[in-house]
Amino acid sequence: MDFFFNLPIWLQTAIKGIAAIAVIIPFAGACSMAERKVSAWIQGRPGPNRAIVPWVAWIPFLGRFLQRLGVFHLMADGGKFVFKENVVPAHVNRFYYQLAPVIALIPALTTIVFVPFGVYWDVSTHTLQPLVLANLDVGILAVFAVSSLGVYSIILAGWASNSKYPFLGSVRASAQLISYELSMTLSVLPVFLWANQPGGNGTLSLFDVVQLQSGHGFHWQSIWYVILMPLSAFIFLVSLFAETNRQPFDMPESEADLVGGFHTEYGEFKWSLFFVAEYAHMIVGSGVFVLLFLGGWNPLPGLPLAPLIAGLPVWLGGLIAMAIFIGKVMAFIFLFMWVRWTLPRFRYDQVMKIGWQKLLPLAIANLIFYAIAIALIQK
Amino acid sequence: MAIIQVQRKPLSFAERTYLPQILGGLKITLKHFFAPKQTLEYPEQRPAIPPHYRGVPTLVKDPKGREKCVSCQLCEFVCPPKAIRITPGELPADGDRAHVEKAPQAFDIDMLRCIYCGLCEEVCPEEAIFLQNQYSMCGTSREEMVNHKDRLYELGGTLPDSHFKWDKKKAAAEEAAHGHH
Repeated sequence: MDFFFNLPIWLQTAIKGIAAIAVIIPFAGACSMAERKVSAWIQGRPGPNRAIVPWVAWIPFLGRFLQRLGVFHLMADGGKFVFKENVVPAHVNRFYYQLAPVIALIPALTTIVFVPFGVYWDVSTHTLQPLVLANLDVGILAVFAVSSLGVYSIILAGWASNSKYPFLGSVRASAQLISYELSMTLSVLPVFLWANQPGGNGTLSLFDVVQLQSGHGFHWQSIWYVILMPLSAFIFLVSLFAETNRQPFDMPESEADLVGGFHTEYGEFKWSLFFVAEYAHMIVGSGVFVLLFLGGWNPLPGLPLAPLIAGLPVWLGGLIAMAIFIGKVMAFIFLFMWVRWTLPRFRYDQVMKIGWQKLLPLAIANLIFYAIAIALIQK
Repeated sequence: MAIIQVQRKPLSFAERTYLPQILGGLKITLKHFFAPKQTLEYPEQRPAIPPHYRGVPTLVKDPKGREKCVSCQLCEFVCPPKAIRITPGELPADGDRAHVEKAPQAFDIDMLRCIYCGLCEEVCPEEAIFLQNQYSMCGTSREEMVNHKDRLYELGGTLPDSHFKWDKKKAAAEEAAHGHH
């Protein structure tokens, strides 16, 4: 550990950056593969299950099992996107056309920096230390601020495509995204009102929110916030679906009416960058939900992680915490895909009506209720 | 016909949030997630071929091992795309099939022409040609796609015979010769 902190700061930053990219891009790719398999299974078919690397096929049971699980299709698709011919249509605005996927990926990959994905037991201080690339005091604010920048990429993509349907798709997408930003931020405020008790340190840090949910047994102070504030969790979840352009709010990319929406004119690698950005948003959004409402890396409500990993070697405790966290995030990713194939898509006017006339008043009422309740409880 | 007024009950508060309906929908999709898959994974799993399926035409032998085709050429004349080409030949005068007199010297079915209509099977007086179960055949040249006589008998195998008309004809001829005496 000390070796890492003694390196020059630019090298530390570079290593962290590369670690973020090298983890999240395969994760997003695996997400897209999981999406294909999960949607296939819901629809009563086996999904992609033929691709296999020759020497893996020789492994008796594992090779066949991996083939039927479709994991090698990920390599096949990834390779296809990288090696395909890069076509730039003649009618697009070249500079912005090539810039838009880059702008899509920057906020998506940057938000990973602020999200703690596990803990390790620090033996010198006998406390849990977060596994995070940047442990900010303003964690949640940074996440929301950076992820909102993703709207620009969609607008730019639609505008640069110089074509009706992508333009329509991008305009609708930007309207949807900014409408649900408000409900999203208002819905998490009760969590931070509860977390910042009078007399304690003020904090917006995601690690501290999880620490506060790590209580032993059922106490109002330290139980998972999904039990204390279910309506907040619900509003956040709905806003998250809208923010990541997932069904039932996916009219920007509604395949039936808008061809592909804002990414119609994009092919090969640029298109895959948009999709890595979308899946990265999904993963980070699910991660934030798990941290804020589902107790992060604690196994069960009322069962904190610290006593479980205090006796174990540091690396094993860290792995267990990461495994629990990633397991919960994967459950959420499954929920995203499950809902996609259950609900029909909302129309544009329905999306706007829900965002402004239903969800926002609900979020405000929720905030007022919790503000009064918390003020009374914490007097 | 009377006009029936459909009663549309107003939605309850819970129903207007659409949450119970959404949860019901999620339950249905989860049920499908765990249900066995409907897809038939060809070529590992093959479809069940129903009886009387019209596949590739084949020539059959009877249970006594004799080739049944007598090159009457009725199938050649009835075949709509003229896929069948027969060269009739003579059977040796001795042997147990001397009374049959004819057998094909060459029998070609061009699978690139065959339309699997089954008229050859319908018209055959000897019940010698049958459309059986093979549904996928491929080759790398036009010559390879022509089924010759040996291949046709190989594909056809032996089918049960309920008439044995040659034996009956031979028995009737011997009866007549005997009766004459």
